[in-house]
Amino acid sequence: MSGRVLVGVKRVIDYAVKIRVKPDNTGVVTDGVKHSMNPFCEIAVEEAVKLKEKKLVKEVVAVSCGPQQSQETIRTALAMGADRGIHVEVSGNDYETLGPLQVSKIMAALAKKEDAQIIILGKQAIDDDCNQTGQMTAALLDWPQGTFASEVTLDGDKIKVVREIDGGLETIKINTPAVLTADLRLNTPRYATLPNIMKAKKKKIANVKPADLGVNLTSKLEVLRVEDPPQRQAGMKVETVEDLVGKLKESGKV
Amino acid sequence: PSRRLLSLRWSLIQYRNITLENTTRVSCNKVLSAFRTICGKDNVSLGEAIREQHGKDESVHRCRPPDVVVFPRCVEEVSALAKVCHDHNLPIIPFGTGTGLEGGVGAVKGGVCFSLRNMDQILDLHPEDFDVTVEPGVTRKALNAYLRDTGLWFPVDPGADASLCGMAATSASGTNAVRYGTMRENVMNLEVVLSNGTVIHTAGKGRRPRKTSAGYNLTNLFVGSEGTLGIITKTTLRLYGVPEAMVSAVCSFPSVQAAVDSTVQILQTGVPIARIEFLDDVMIDACNKFSSLSYPVTPTLFLEFHGSERSLEEQVSTAEEITQSNEGSDFQWARDAETRNRLWKARHDAWYAAQALRPGCKAYSTDVCVPLSQLPQIIVETKKDLLESRLTGPIAGHVGDGNFHCLMVVDPNDPDELHQVHLFTERLARRALAMDGTCTGEHGVGLGKRALLCEEVGPLAIQVMQGLKDSLDPRNLMNPGKILQRGEL
Repeated sequence: MSGRVLVGVKRVIDYAVKIRVKPDNTGVVTDGVKHSMNPFCEIAVEEAVKLKEKKLVKEVVAVSCGPQQSQETIRTALAMGADRGIHVEVSGNDYETLGPLQVSKIMAALAKKEDAQIIILGKQAIDDDCNQTGQMTAALLDWPQGTFASEVTLDGDKIKVVREIDGGLETIKINTPAVLTADLRLNTPRYATLPNIMKAKKKKIANVKPADLGVNLTSKLEVLRVEDPPQRQAGMKVETVEDLVGKLKESGKV
Repeated sequence: PSRRLLSLRWSLIQYRNITLENTTRVSCNKVLSAFRTICGKDNVSLGEAIREQHGKDESVHRCRPPDVVVFPRCVEEVSALAKVCHDHNLPIIPFGTGTGLEGGVGAVKGGVCFSLRNMDQILDLHPEDFDVTVEPGVTRKALNAYLRDTGLWFPVDPGADASLCGMAATSASGTNAVRYGTMRENVMNLEVVLSNGTVIHTAGKGRRPRKTSAGYNLTNLFVGSEGTLGIITKTTLRLYGVPEAMVSAVCSFPSVQAAVDSTVQILQTGVPIARIEFLDDVMIDACNKFSSLSYPVTPTLFLEFHGSERSLEEQVSTAEEITQSNEGSDFQWARDAETRNRLWKARHDAWYAAQALRPGCKAYSTDVCVPLSQLPQIIVETKKDLLESRLTGPIAGHVGDGNFHCLMVVDPNDPDELHQVHLFTERLARRALAMDGTCTGEHGVGLGKRALLCEEVGPLAIQVMQGLKDSLDPRNLMNPGKILQRGEL
C-alpha cells in the first residue's frame, strides 16, 4: 500500500469573471483574463490534505495538464498542503483540443507510474462542465469509482463514499485503489496562507511530457462554433387581461 | 465684516434654493442629451423603477428617488458628467451598492444619481506591499474572492456585501475592527471627482507608501464624508495576511456586567482578539428560535482568535481564565471552517432572527459607541429604557470597540411605535454622548443624525466642517442634506 493520493487540478477562467465570446466565435477570450484553480479541484485537494492530516494516507501529489501557467495552479495546491507536484506540459493546439479523454489517459498512466492508491478529482470543470474525466480514468484503470462524493471515509482497504444523487444520498463501499470525484458539499477548502505559500515555493514540481507517458493527445472532437446565449428581450406592459390574452395568442404561446 | 459674510451667505443660500428647483425642471432635457453623449444612451435612465431603486438604501428612511440615474463606465465619464451637473446646478448623489443604513443615498433635492456599479475593476494588486486599488463597483466579498490564492485578505466586514469605495465614503467598520481597524485605518489613497469635475488623488496618483507625513491628510478627509465632498472613483486599500489558523468560541454569562467586564479584561491583557461579539438574552432567545439552536438564554460572547497554532493556544487559555473568573460558562469550541461557520451562524443571522420575533415588522439598527469602561453602564441603562418603553430591541454588538446595536423591530404602519423608537434612539445617542462617546460608531450620519452631530462635535467644529464643505463644494451639489444641516432644510 503506497498510501499515495493523486489529485488532479485544472487551471480555468476564474468563476467571478464575466465570460466574453471571441469575435470570431471560435471560443471565449482567455488572454489577460484572471485564471484560478477549478473550485471542485480545490475541494478535491482539501479532501486529500485532510486525509493526510488524519494520517490515513502518506503523500499527496498534485497533477495539472496544460501550459506553463498551470504551474501556478499546482503551487496553490502545494500551498494548501500537497507534498509535490507533476506538471504535464501541454501547449499550443494540443492544449486547445485537450479534453477529458486525453486527461484521463494521462491520469491513468501517472497512477501506474506513481503507484497511486487513490485518485481524487473534482466532479467537473466550470469551463466545459464535462463531468467525464473521473469516470473515464476509472474505466481505463479498471478501478472502482465513487463520484459526486459528499463524504469519504477510509475503512481498511475499502472506502465508504456517500454520493449526492438525484433521489438523495447513496452510500457505497468500494475497494482500493479507486477514483473519487468531489462534489460541492464534501468540504470547505482552506485558504492559502502566506507562510504556506512561502513553504510551497520550496516543494518540487516535476515536468513530464505526454509522450513520456505513452499518451496520444489526438482529439476526435472539433469545436464548430461558440455563441453567447440569446440576449434577453424587453418585456411589455399591457393594460387589461384581454390585452394579455390577445398578446399571448398572437405570439403563439396559447 | 463677519456680518457681511453672513448676509452674503444667506443670500447665496436663498439663490441656491430657488434656482435648484427651477433648473432641475427646466434644464433636464438639455442635460439629458449631454449625459447620453458622455456615457451612452443605455447608461442614462429615467425609468421609475430604476430611479426608485437608487433612491433608497437599507435604512428606514423613505425612498427619495433622483430625477435621473447615470451609469458612468470610467473616471473620465464621471468627471464629464459632474461638469454638466455643475454647470446646471444639479445635485449629484454617488451610489455604490445601496446598502447603507442612514438614508445616505436619498435624493432629498432630486438631481442626478451616479450609479458606479459599471466601474468594477480590481486594479494594481501588489501582494509584496500588501496593497490593492479597486473601483467603486467592487464589493468586499468580490475582492476577497479575487485575493484567495494570494494568502491576503481585506478584513473590514460590515454586514452587507458593500462597495469598498462606499465603505470608504461612510468610514465603515465590521466585526473584526478590534484587531484590524476600520476603513479610516485601511484606506491609503483615494481618487475623487469633485463637484466641478476636477479629479484629484488624495495622496498623489498611484502612491502607496505604508506611512506618510506629506501635507494635509486629504485621504481621511474624504473617508466618512458620505458623498458630500466628492465622488470616490478609486480606493487603495491595506491588505493583511490570511490568518494561519482560527479558533471560535461561545461563552455564556450570568449578567451583562460579567460579559462586558470579561471583554474589557481580555483587551487589557493584550490578547490580540480578532472578534468579540456580544448578544444579550433577548437576542440569543431570538437566535435560538430562528436557527433551532439551544444556547442558554443569557448574555453571551462570541469570540474569535487568529494566529499561528501556538499563539492560539496562549490566546485562548488567557481568555478562558478571564471569562471563568467572571462566572462565564465553559467555552464551546470550533477549529475547522465548517464547525466555526455553524457556531457563528447564530450571530450572522441575528438581523433576520430579530425580525422573525415580530413577523411583518421591519428592523432598524441603532449604532452608538462609547469608551470601553462605559460599556456596562450604557448597556444596562439601555436595556432598562427598552423595558420601560415596551420596545423590542435585541442587542448585538462589537463590544471590543465599545460599539453596540439595538435591533429595533417596529411595525412600519404604526406611527406611534415609530415615534417611540425615534425618541428611544435619540435618548440612546444622547446617553452615549454623555459618556464621552459618539452617536454613530459605524453607520454614519446620513439624514437622521445631523442634529446629533452638532451636539457631538459642538458648533465651532461644525463651522469648520461647513467651511470645508463650502470650499470644496460651493454650490452644495454633492449629496445635499446629509451630514450637515443647513438653515432651510
